[in-house]
Amino acid sequence: MRRTIVTLTLLCLVTLLFVPAALAQDKVVIGVSIPAATHGWTGGINYWAKVTQERLKETYPNLEIILVTAGSAAEQANTLEDLYAIHNIDALVILPFESDPLTDPVEMLKMQGVFITVVDRGLTKEGVADIYVAGDNHALGRVSGEYMVEALGGKGDIVVLRGIPTVIDNYRFDSFMEVVEGTDINVLDWQYANWNRDDGFQVMQDFLARFPKIDAVWAQDDDVALGVIEAVKQAGREEELFIVGGAGMKEMIARVMEADRLIPVDVLYPPAMIATGMEVTALRFVSNASVLGEYILDATLVTPENAHLYYFPDSPF
Amino acid sequence: MNHPTTDRQARLKQLGTRFSWQDIGPFAAVVALMILGTTINPTFLSMANLTNVFTRSAFTGIIAIGATFIIGTGSIDLSVGSMAAFNSGMMIIFMNYLVKTWGATWATILAAMGLAMVLGIVGGFVNGFVITKGRIESFIVTLGTMGIFRSLVTYLADGGTLSLNLSIRVLYRPVYYGTLWGIPIPLIVFGLVAVVGAILLNKTRFGRYVLAIGSNYDVAHYSAINVNRIRVLTYVLQGLCVAIATIIYVPRLGSASSTTGLGWELEAIAAVIIGGTAMKGGSARIWGTVAGAIIFSIIGNILNLSNVISQYLNGAVQGLIIIGAVLLQRTGKE
Repeated sequence: MRRTIVTLTLLCLVTLLFVPAALAQDKVVIGVSIPAATHGWTGGINYWAKVTQERLKETYPNLEIILVTAGSAAEQANTLEDLYAIHNIDALVILPFESDPLTDPVEMLKMQGVFITVVDRGLTKEGVADIYVAGDNHALGRVSGEYMVEALGGKGDIVVLRGIPTVIDNYRFDSFMEVVEGTDINVLDWQYANWNRDDGFQVMQDFLARFPKIDAVWAQDDDVALGVIEAVKQAGREEELFIVGGAGMKEMIARVMEADRLIPVDVLYPPAMIATGMEVTALRFVSNASVLGEYILDATLVTPENAHLYYFPDSPF
Repeated sequence: MNHPTTDRQARLKQLGTRFSWQDIGPFAAVVALMILGTTINPTFLSMANLTNVFTRSAFTGIIAIGATFIIGTGSIDLSVGSMAAFNSGMMIIFMNYLVKTWGATWATILAAMGLAMVLGIVGGFVNGFVITKGRIESFIVTLGTMGIFRSLVTYLADGGTLSLNLSIRVLYRPVYYGTLWGIPIPLIVFGLVAVVGAILLNKTRFGRYVLAIGSNYDVAHYSAINVNRIRVLTYVLQGLCVAIATIIYVPRLGSASSTTGLGWELEAIAAVIIGGTAMKGGSARIWGTVAGAIIFSIIGNILNLSNVISQYLNGAVQGLIIIGAVLLQRTGKE
């Protein structure tokens, strides 16, 4: 009996957590579906989505913004159904977990007349997205490669730490290699570091043990770069090399700002792109601006000169 | 009937065979892997590399020593990796808070170490209490707490990364990077935990009860062993091991995020099983577990030291080596 009461109480509490806010029907409802904050970059996505939600609500009282997160592609597909069935959304801003499994669920909403904005990872079918906002993964690899070639004067020995084996990682890596291949820069080896600090630390420890001379490291990601820094410090080889990360984590931007020799630059792949997607979508409903189309954000090279423009101390990322 | 001498000889012989294979087996696998590593790349045997490899095994190794007791009773704990991440996050937050009043002193660090211990003990106790009092399978309870700890650290970090205050970091750093008599501190801690674990398992009543519960739950129960108490204690011990691992992990990168300790639970469980502890409980080997953790660390290192095989196949190679290592260790047995 006591057990039953405890169980029921727990169930009630859980239900309360999910009771949706009462909705006014005359409002334009925009649903925003993003991956749960499972690592630094998605943490940044969550932060910017919340900041933009507040800003849009304040600026445009007739907009209702529903923000939902999902832990997997399948869960995200379920949240899409809920957004339509429960909240009756007029527009959807989505950062898909994976392109393939979410193309159909998004198209279903499109056929119901929902306005679709896709951020970062494109859908696999043409014509589903009304607006597409993305960072440029090819450019991230290219810009990193071009900086590497310039800083090394076209020759030297480098190691590469890749991300998680995905299409995104392949784009970045292939574009980087294309730039580097024509030069005298020799890629000693590459390994996956899974966009993770601990893996970055361990892989770099092993690279340092294996190669007596390394001129530069392409870590591709700022979390990995932080692990690399520790490994390099432990080996006492800070003077011999420099590290190029990527994404625009505030700690790394701060280092660039302070003209840290080890971290001379960073390459942006800003989580604030979700804000771009939400703002442009809102414009569709509150103004007469023409918004349909594709928006490709630059992979900006952050240098000590422009770093202050990309430093957001309040963001968790 | 039995002549005392023959009886003793038989026992000695039995001890001898057990000694040669079940205890030496995992170490034979370590040696074999070291030979393999050296063949692939002579750098493997360099002092710097070996130090890296052994030091890295300390985190999962210390956790695996706790796991040896839990698996010895025939249970499991899936929450250790998440618990380590949560503990790291709490330690960092606590130190960043204390540094404002106490400054960057050892008092701040010691207080945070104390907090980690308390959190480990409480976390372990909760796992054990719910499992025994709620009469729920340990797999389910710890699967639940695994998710809870993981999302708590994500929540604490706002989905981002918690970073330790720089001034404290400088002071705390030697706990991971420092050495005592030329041996890295994490390795010394790992060794001490292993010695204490071995004494607890092999020389105390607690250790005998753990194995008794693992071999036959009902018999242990009817033999007036307080089964629930012993099981809760194994989880508390596991929590303590997680806390110790956390204490030496935090100074390494000075940060915690939701990816911290991801997959440690599987590595720890695998280290225990590779080391010769039975998955169903009833027999357990601390030194085997130590070897198991080192085997894991060596495999990762060997893969990074070579690019003979495509990096895309790393997972497959890792799988083959693990199975091979266990085969090597088990073939000597009947």
